[in-house]
Amino acid sequence: MTETSRPTCFQEVILRLQTYWAEKGCAILQPYDMEVGAGTFHPATTLRALGQNPWAAAYVQPSRRPTDGRYGENPNRLQHYYQYQVLIKPSPPDLQDLYLGSLAAIGIDMDLHDIRFVEDDWESPTLGAWGLGWEVWCDGMEVSQFTYFQQVGGHDCKPVSGELTYGLERLAMYVLGVDHVMDMPFNRPDAPIPLTYGDVFRQTEAEYSRWNFDVANTDVLLKQFEEAESHCDFILSHPEVDPKTGKRIVMAHPAYDQCIKASHLFNLLDARGVISVTERQAYIGRVRALAKKCAEAFVQTEAGGWQPS
Amino acid sequence: MPDLLIELLSEEIPARMQARASADLKKLITDGLVDAGLTYASAQAFATPRRLALTVEGVTAESPTVTEERKGPRVGAPDKALEGFLRATGLTKDQLEARDEKKGQVWFARVTKQGRPAAEIVAEVLEQTIRTFPWPKSMRWGAGTLRWVRPLHSILCLLTDDAGSTVVPLEIDGIVAGNTTRGHRFLAPEPFAVTGFDDYVTSLKRVYVILDPAERAEAIWHDATNLAFAQSLEVIEDRGLLAEVAGLVEWPVVLMGQIGEAFLGLPPEVLKTSMKEHQKFFSVRNPKTGRIERFVTVANTVTADSGAAILAGNQKVLSARLSDAKFFWENDLRVAKAGMGPWLESLGHVTFQSDLGSQKQRIDRIAALARAVAPMVGADPDLAEKAAEVAKADLSSEMVYEFPELQGTMGRYYAEAAGLPAEVAAAAEEHYSPLGPSDDVPTAPVSVAVALADKLDTLTGFWAIGEKPTGSKDPFALRRAALGVIRLILSNDLRLHLDRLIDAQLLRHGISPESEDEAALRDAVLHEIARHGIFGSAVRGVIDEIEGDAPGWIENVTEHRPDTSDDLLAFFHERLKVHLRDEGIRHDVIDACLALPNRDDLTLLVKRAKALSEVLKTDDGENLLQGFKRANNILTQAEEADGVAYEFGPDRKFAETDEERALFDALDRAGGAISSAIEAEDFASAMASMASLRAPIDAFFEAVQVNTDNQIIRRNRLNLLHRIREICLSAADLTRIEG
Repeated sequence: MTETSRPTCFQEVILRLQTYWAEKGCAILQPYDMEVGAGTFHPATTLRALGQNPWAAAYVQPSRRPTDGRYGENPNRLQHYYQYQVLIKPSPPDLQDLYLGSLAAIGIDMDLHDIRFVEDDWESPTLGAWGLGWEVWCDGMEVSQFTYFQQVGGHDCKPVSGELTYGLERLAMYVLGVDHVMDMPFNRPDAPIPLTYGDVFRQTEAEYSRWNFDVANTDVLLKQFEEAESHCDFILSHPEVDPKTGKRIVMAHPAYDQCIKASHLFNLLDARGVISVTERQAYIGRVRALAKKCAEAFVQTEAGGWQPS
Repeated sequence: MPDLLIELLSEEIPARMQARASADLKKLITDGLVDAGLTYASAQAFATPRRLALTVEGVTAESPTVTEERKGPRVGAPDKALEGFLRATGLTKDQLEARDEKKGQVWFARVTKQGRPAAEIVAEVLEQTIRTFPWPKSMRWGAGTLRWVRPLHSILCLLTDDAGSTVVPLEIDGIVAGNTTRGHRFLAPEPFAVTGFDDYVTSLKRVYVILDPAERAEAIWHDATNLAFAQSLEVIEDRGLLAEVAGLVEWPVVLMGQIGEAFLGLPPEVLKTSMKEHQKFFSVRNPKTGRIERFVTVANTVTADSGAAILAGNQKVLSARLSDAKFFWENDLRVAKAGMGPWLESLGHVTFQSDLGSQKQRIDRIAALARAVAPMVGADPDLAEKAAEVAKADLSSEMVYEFPELQGTMGRYYAEAAGLPAEVAAAAEEHYSPLGPSDDVPTAPVSVAVALADKLDTLTGFWAIGEKPTGSKDPFALRRAALGVIRLILSNDLRLHLDRLIDAQLLRHGISPESEDEAALRDAVLHEIARHGIFGSAVRGVIDEIEGDAPGWIENVTEHRPDTSDDLLAFFHERLKVHLRDEGIRHDVIDACLALPNRDDLTLLVKRAKALSEVLKTDDGENLLQGFKRANNILTQAEEADGVAYEFGPDRKFAETDEERALFDALDRAGGAISSAIEAEDFASAMASMASLRAPIDAFFEAVQVNTDNQIIRRNRLNLLHRIREICLSAADLTRIEG
């Protein structure tokens, strides 16, 4: 590996990851256009991890965790942040080395730092998904999640996908040596109009924190949750063959959009503190039921490996 | 004789699984070798984050050739039987031998199992071991089907003898066994060949891998204590953490760092928990102040800057973590100092269990019971009630949300911050105890009252809704709660009528008062039940004083049926048996004491059981038991045959022999002694008096025939046996004793 200089700003970290994974053969996708809690929810991961078709994709995904909002005041916690996500199916035998190469690409010098793979079995109760892997530590800080998917939507993953998730703000702060996320340069500090992360996001963090915690109308959210749930069922209740075109079109993705919506609405309700411990399990079960149906629908699509018999 | 070396190199194995995995590897391989006819001198297994390794020394070079004789069908048996035998033995008919047996001629076969070379056996056993390895969780990877804890990369399998070493030929799912391994992931990742175990261990050390986990742990502890000592500090020992950290590194490098000044004011439990849970740091304490001032972290690599960048990074992560903790602590303190109102209120929105209401409702029930229990355990009722009201407030705090294991610990800090009395603050921390069989039991009266009320409320609640533990299923840890109650009572020598407390709290679960007056009435009624029992006149008194129409739930009280209470009490008795079994008291001894009055007074019950257990260990006790059983059997048979109960009392004037008269005297003495000893709760004396009957009873049976022809004398003797039964049963129900 050639000596890599340190990046100068947040976007350069992202750009270097994009370049690195593009060079390694991944399709560089764009973020999914919906509110999600994590990059895993992007159909390019959740659905594409299913079925036999090979896959290699990398993308940035804005993610929202309403309960993590701190009004833009906490040095690390944000209710809106970015994840960088890589999914390769089947997982290549040198995935750990590929991953370490990506750290080098963003300027982490393995000769000076302590990289560790610490057990962290990943499970998403709302997606009915689980896998084994690690959280990757750099000098005691979690910089990525590394998972070999075993099941998604209740379906066995065959072959197994390898998934990498980088928490971009945290990783970039580390690489750039910044202590408070809002102080992190977003574009180059020597640009004509230099912007910090705070210039871009301080305002929205405050606004959404207030809204998430105290203002979001829970009656509306509850109603929307129910609607998304029934809408998902409604979409999937349609026959495989479209009467208009006469083609076989299983609508796994539109249904999955409703599942994503339900999941995010649940997170909002949770942040509003109106869901009790026992109800919580019931809600998670409802979202999982949707994810399961969507996974079943996806493996009935050609992208999901379905073949006409 | 060759030595065997196996190494399975994989991606990082979870630390918590390593010790078990190396033990399993050793057992599965050595068992497999022995089953296949090989022997070995010694074996040792090791684990690092990336490898499992096994050395087996002095393996026999091949398994012995074994010849065995097998008996087949008789000569002239149907062809099918003979064909089957030939197939099973792999022989032809002309290789069989016909031998004369008692019932005619029988075919015999001599089957020779050729010895096999060790390499062949090792390959088979290792493949079987890898394919069936008992990982707690295993996974597939890529497009393959093999399962391992994480992707398996290489297999080293060598047999080494004086002539040199050879690779055991083996391939599993495309992984071909060889003689190479790799060093430290970053410091020496190139593959290299090894010739045997000694070479393997020394070569690994050269490439920054310490194979033996004990050696790594020792190195970590040694360096950590040295670093601390040099600063006049001490590392807080934590064996679990040490083992875990030793499983995270192949080449431990110990570094000590500073905790930012701003965080030194956090409670030590918070510092310790945060550093351990999030970062696997050891806490370093200043012995002079008792404060935690530094941390020790263990890196897995050596760097040119002697770990400066690593330490700086760790310190930064710690600061971020501790700023979170500080944020929680400061927010929490604000709420606590203002009286914890919002926390208590929010507990009203948290469901404890769907059929048992919210945490707030639960707390109200516990507070009412704690108030009733307080005088029985020497606590102030007001303090006990207050303590119960705030004991679970910290469940709503931010710190406990982040670190659930700090529940109670934070409760104490926050109660202190709220300016509550020390007893109340202590109860917030201690009322969860005892959690396990070896956990400390609270002794402070207020803590005891709340701890008892908490556990009894949980137990009666789940009994009330029919959610008892079954078999191995005990999702609400009710067995642990019952054991907690038992240990609280026994350790503190408490004299409680458990029945009354159970009745009162069971009823409480079924009453929903519709007004404040009704709630007050409920509390008054249940308070009396807890103190004096459900059938006490005091309860009647309260009910009789109700003016106007009584609320509907009063019927719950007047019509209360003891089935559920009895069932819960029986559950306590079962748990008590399990608890006392560890102290060497048999279950039948407890059964013998359960038949006597005040069985809900566990302290009394245990005193009695211990005394009985002791006396049964003596010669007199053992023989008395036999004498009692003999008397009881004769009496029972006679009563069944005659259809009468012989309980009129024997008359001394019909006694014929000295032995008989002596038994009369002994029974009079023992009867009086036992009842006064029991009155004084001196069970040892009571049991000793009972045992003193052994000699006269034995002498009586020796000299006297109970069932004589003279009916008057027979009846009198049967009445005398009844006295034996009656007097013994007043001390313990000996019919329950086995043997």
